[in-house]
Amino acid sequence: MTKRTIIPIGPYHALQEEPEFFKLHVEGEKVVGLEIELGYNHRGIEKLSESKHYDQTIFLVERICGICSTSHPIACVQAIEDAGDIEVPERALYIRSLIGELERIHSHMLWLGLAGHFLGFNTIWMWAWRYREDVLDVFELITGNRNHYAMMKAGGVRRDIKSEDIPAIKKMIGNLVKPLTLFKNAVVDDPVIHARTKGVGTLTAQQIIDYAALGPTARASGVLIDVRRDHPHAAYGLVDWDVIVAQNGDVFDKAVVRILEMFESLKIIDQCLEKLKTVTGPIDSNPREIKPGEGVGHYEAPRGEVFHYIRSDGTNRPARHKVRAPSFMNIVTDREAVIGQTVSDATIILAAVDPCYCCTERMAAIDVNSGKKTFTSADMIRLSQAKTEQVKKQLGAPGPQIKLL
Amino acid sequence: MLLIQFLIFPGFLFAATIGLVTSWIDRKVTARVQMRVGPPFLQPFYDIIKLMIKETLVPAGTSKWFFLSAPLLGITAVSLASLILWRVLLTPSQTFMGDLIVLIYLFTMPAIATVLGSFASQNPLASLGGSREMKLILAYELPFILVLLVPVIKLQSIRLGDILLGTAAVHSISGVLALLVAILCMQAKLTLVPFDMPEAETELTGGAYIEYSGPPLAMFKLTRAMMLFTLPIFLMTVFWGGIPFAQGWLPLFLGILKYIALVVIMVLVRNTAPRVRIDQAVKFFWGPLTIIAVLAAILAYLGW
Repeated sequence: MTKRTIIPIGPYHALQEEPEFFKLHVEGEKVVGLEIELGYNHRGIEKLSESKHYDQTIFLVERICGICSTSHPIACVQAIEDAGDIEVPERALYIRSLIGELERIHSHMLWLGLAGHFLGFNTIWMWAWRYREDVLDVFELITGNRNHYAMMKAGGVRRDIKSEDIPAIKKMIGNLVKPLTLFKNAVVDDPVIHARTKGVGTLTAQQIIDYAALGPTARASGVLIDVRRDHPHAAYGLVDWDVIVAQNGDVFDKAVVRILEMFESLKIIDQCLEKLKTVTGPIDSNPREIKPGEGVGHYEAPRGEVFHYIRSDGTNRPARHKVRAPSFMNIVTDREAVIGQTVSDATIILAAVDPCYCCTERMAAIDVNSGKKTFTSADMIRLSQAKTEQVKKQLGAPGPQIKLL
Repeated sequence: MLLIQFLIFPGFLFAATIGLVTSWIDRKVTARVQMRVGPPFLQPFYDIIKLMIKETLVPAGTSKWFFLSAPLLGITAVSLASLILWRVLLTPSQTFMGDLIVLIYLFTMPAIATVLGSFASQNPLASLGGSREMKLILAYELPFILVLLVPVIKLQSIRLGDILLGTAAVHSISGVLALLVAILCMQAKLTLVPFDMPEAETELTGGAYIEYSGPPLAMFKLTRAMMLFTLPIFLMTVFWGGIPFAQGWLPLFLGILKYIALVVIMVLVRNTAPRVRIDQAVKFFWGPLTIIAVLAAILAYLGW
């Protein structure tokens, strides 16, 4: 069986909930090549953002992704605050971290369920999603919404957590410990899960560094990066927690890292709730204008670092808004991880980075007549290098020598 | 007369009806395990009826004859198997010599039909599913046939009627071992998780059945439902005394209970394990299970 065939995963496939196209080149059951094609779902959010004023921008970035629906707003408001030198009250910082960590729990549970589903373990899928509903209940109690919380705002948060609600929230959070422990034991003890995930889709620490992968994907390979620790924001510098790392970089370790991270999140949430009892004061510094300047915002989303850049020209709209989501860095590691594995493992390997395509989408220009891409990645690199050469000439600086394509 | 028996009782119609009821048990128990509500009782029937009135699509460039005859082969084989099996259960003294062998062959047919159909589809996902199904057949048939030797050795007969009337194999150590191995083989024969890689929804989106639609797909689904009914009954007949009809209500009731227990065991296994890879499945069947099966056969020979 050396005949090479292409197994298409996409553009619409039962495996993925979003449109994207993976072409698996296989010989028999073995994967020998992978082509990734994105661009089915581009929405032009960065451009759209320039036509919205700052308060609307946050609602817009909230809709980049339904799962990271508070990671993008947190990064975005931090970018705006950085650009406009806006102070944030301490109480708001705790509320931001609390919402962010709740989101991490629900996102990791969502991933855990999907991973179970991809392995054919539908019971894990249904159970994980069942208990995820309990997390959404907490959201509903705090913010009034189950998915798009609309809590962030430049200068603070939109809603306070009432002190009379704190015992109820604590109780609901406490109820999550039992199912999370159950999942931890189910993954760690099940011999069949071991057989399916250990040594599968391994990424070495060097590969992670080469591809600049982020989040749990990197931490499972022993690369200790976490923006929450490296670049403290919100309340992460004010509470006590650990960065979870594992060493093997296979699918099993990625699952373990995510499960243990959920326990860390519970720890952070608990401390934030305690602090909210004592730290009083406003939740919003109510900025009236954003002065000209640039700012960046980082946030450790459930999938890794999400990055927002905002340039302000003193008006009420961002002059430029740039978003880089973690999946953009993580998806490219798929090729390293999947080649040489079997088709059966390919699905779980592709899913192991917890890909999110809607935030990763880049535009693809396709010629309708030929069906081919107008600009390939090589074209883009050539254009970029030509631009660099031009800039160097304008500045009169030699700069580093680039080998032209 | 035989034709009516083949088509209605205890052949096609009977096996299909009870098979669909069994598949409802499967879906309902699965749903309860997964904290869902589950489908109403008639849902499997609605599904089949809906498929029967849908259009039949034949992919371009395939052999129409092969493509459409594959599901027919499967459903015919399992109807025939049900007919032979139930004649044994109803009148154990009037069966023919070697019906055990015939049944072993007939129970392999649905899997072969799946392989034929998947290769006739000319779809890369289907052919991958087909090749997995083929490997799976090779994997589980070896221990399956080896454990079927246990009652044959014990009762010195390859006539199912004799096996049914003799002492049930499950009352000995070798019989228990054989039944356990046979249950796992049955799980693979029915392509239930952890051995559902031929159709692996998230990998191959239905695999072998991907190009089928309408009545041919309904036939495949019916074949699976009928297998879900006839295979456990077959295992009970061979190892566990079958469903006795002539001994009054209590043994009959116990027989039906045993059958439901077997089905529930299968459903629980399928809900508490992830899908294994095909190479792991082959290793599992040819390694530990074959060793246990050989051991059971030797024990049976020694009279244990």
